[in-house]
Amino acid sequence: MTSGLWERVLDGVWVTIQLLVLSALLATAVSFVVGIARTHRLWIVRFLAGFYTEVFRGTSALVMIFWVFFVLPPAFGWQLVPLWAGTLALGLTYGAYGSEIVRGALAAVDPAQREGGIALSFTPWQRMKLILLPQAVPEMIPPFSNLLIELLKGTALVSVMGMGDLAFSANLVRLALQESAEIYTYILLIYFVIAFLLTRSMRGLEKKLKAGVGKAPKKKAADVRVPEGSGVS
Amino acid sequence: MTWDWGAVADFMPYFWDGLWVTLQILVFGSLISFVLGLVWALLMRTPTRWVTWPVGAVTEFIRNTPLLVQLFFLFYVLPEWGITFSAMTTGVFAIGLHYSTYTMQVYRAGIEAVPVGQWEAATALNLPLRRTWTVVILPQAVRRVVPALGNYVISMLKDTPLLMAITVLEMLGQARLFAQQNFQFTEPLTVIGVAFIVISYLASLALRALERRLVH
Amino acid sequence: MSTDTHAPFEEKPETPRATGELIRLERVTKRFGDHTVLDNLDFSVDAGKHVTLIGPSGSGKTTILRLLMTLLKPDEGVITVDGQQLFPAPEKQVREVRKKIGMVFQQFNLFPNMSVLRNITEAPVTVLGMSKDAAEERARELLEMVGLTDHLDKRPAQLSGGQQQRVAIARALAMRPQVLLLDEVTSALDPELVAGVLDVLRDIARSTDITMLCVTHEMNFARDISDQVLMFDSGRVIEAGSPEKIFNEPEHDRTRQFLSAVL
Repeated sequence: MTSGLWERVLDGVWVTIQLLVLSALLATAVSFVVGIARTHRLWIVRFLAGFYTEVFRGTSALVMIFWVFFVLPPAFGWQLVPLWAGTLALGLTYGAYGSEIVRGALAAVDPAQREGGIALSFTPWQRMKLILLPQAVPEMIPPFSNLLIELLKGTALVSVMGMGDLAFSANLVRLALQESAEIYTYILLIYFVIAFLLTRSMRGLEKKLKAGVGKAPKKKAADVRVPEGSGVS
Repeated sequence: MTWDWGAVADFMPYFWDGLWVTLQILVFGSLISFVLGLVWALLMRTPTRWVTWPVGAVTEFIRNTPLLVQLFFLFYVLPEWGITFSAMTTGVFAIGLHYSTYTMQVYRAGIEAVPVGQWEAATALNLPLRRTWTVVILPQAVRRVVPALGNYVISMLKDTPLLMAITVLEMLGQARLFAQQNFQFTEPLTVIGVAFIVISYLASLALRALERRLVH
Repeated sequence: MSTDTHAPFEEKPETPRATGELIRLERVTKRFGDHTVLDNLDFSVDAGKHVTLIGPSGSGKTTILRLLMTLLKPDEGVITVDGQQLFPAPEKQVREVRKKIGMVFQQFNLFPNMSVLRNITEAPVTVLGMSKDAAEERARELLEMVGLTDHLDKRPAQLSGGQQQRVAIARALAMRPQVLLLDEVTSALDPELVAGVLDVLRDIARSTDITMLCVTHEMNFARDISDQVLMFDSGRVIEAGSPEKIFNEPEHDRTRQFLSAVL
């Protein structure tokens, strides 16, 4: 491969990273707003948040991307820059999955903690901010880490729209070289390295946050293996 | 925003064609992922590192890289190696392989959740290893495994449109083709968007019912 | 714990303490499903009194405390605290009235994400609007009283159960409640840690005018601190009186049976 082609690939990496960061930020915001709304005391708020989750989890991310690129512009007269259209589609979709994580982690906080908060006259919002979220957030990190990897994989979908991300750069190089095995192997390796780095940093974050609530991080499930038979372990 | 019911009516025949293809991908992809996932899970329990290490590395790699790029890889690279399949076959295999790296984790968790006492009892009864697996461990693991596998089938449904990228005309492929030929994007894309929501919602209801039956 | 009086309680409380009737439950009924836990209960407590609820488990004692703390809502009836209705009442009023009530739980319910000191100062600062310095000073006094000055910066998980419960008592008192609800506060403790916690509570009972409502299985403790003991059975008060009367000359058969089983 020539250096010119490698430059294409690097441009693609840069687009993928931009898209990943932006859509991860949007997805995080959506996760917390919708996830917390699902614990609201008014049923209508809970219902709307639950409806959002069902709809956006129910649909396919790629269909969402098509929808944002082709249906939104004529319907609302916006012509979104591709980067923002991709961010919107991915952030809203993966945010719906994230809201389930937030809701689940909040529900898993010992109910006695909520009662402790009521006994000290905290308002619902103070209880959320001071007691529930600080205890729930460290528990969210492992599932969020998995979701982040899914989101990274999801960013490749925008290449179908002709956006010049990492997956798209592979197509360009394939056409230039008239050969596929090499470039696709490289591209897959680059995705794998990014995923590896993300997983590593999320694990570091988890350790830090868990120390903050006085807990040791749980051993990763995959590391714990049922001892089997004899000596090899 | 204008909505044209005529366009919806025109699209419907293509929609049914696309739905049929989508369901085929889903069924065959699921079967491949169920079988391959079990193979990976059992291989990961063999006592030699010469097996567990490569299987672990390959499945980790597949799980952490985009299905879309894997589809392209198989679609463009296999013919260069002299192996040619239809786009549909390639797509079904790719999606099944990708999801087998998830289902293997489901099987692993299900197997590990069988109490150690069951292994011990099987040993005490002198059951051969093969018997232990087929009549003691796996039947107990299945109960725990089915709901999680079902969730991955629903996830897989939402990944079937990716096969459009390698020319398979499933629902999204049909919608795009129709849109490009008629310059009407809103109706076909909305129809299939709603279809995905409805199908995955119905599937999750069915799954919950199945889960309840398995508990009893 | 020594018998000298402690500074934190000699200062004048900020709000004038009520006299006469402070807590009142009228015709309160609470059901869980089709199980009636409290049945048309009438019941009142005078300000400054220490009242102990005894009776077999499941008789509704803890439910009364949880109703007063607004952790549960009654199905019927009226609950009044210090002349203001706690139920039925609009949310804003509930919040006001709730500030007069503190609770210590069986399982402590300390916040694991906060240091010991912050567990105590957080509510005075955010709920009562106390300055951080004032809240910390008070927290130190309270921790001195419960004998835990060395543990300010530790996390709850680093303390023993008995120490955690003493922090929880300090945390409740930091809000200067008029009423302190004690829900089986020693039941979750290892036997050797019980005495330390009870000593702290005896001290508070002796040296303050806080109204105490206490559910406990520690009959000696109940005898020591109570002005009044109420015997519960199946959601009703079947006998009430001074500790001397209840423990020495119970009138009711159920009371006699219960006491002979626990003493």
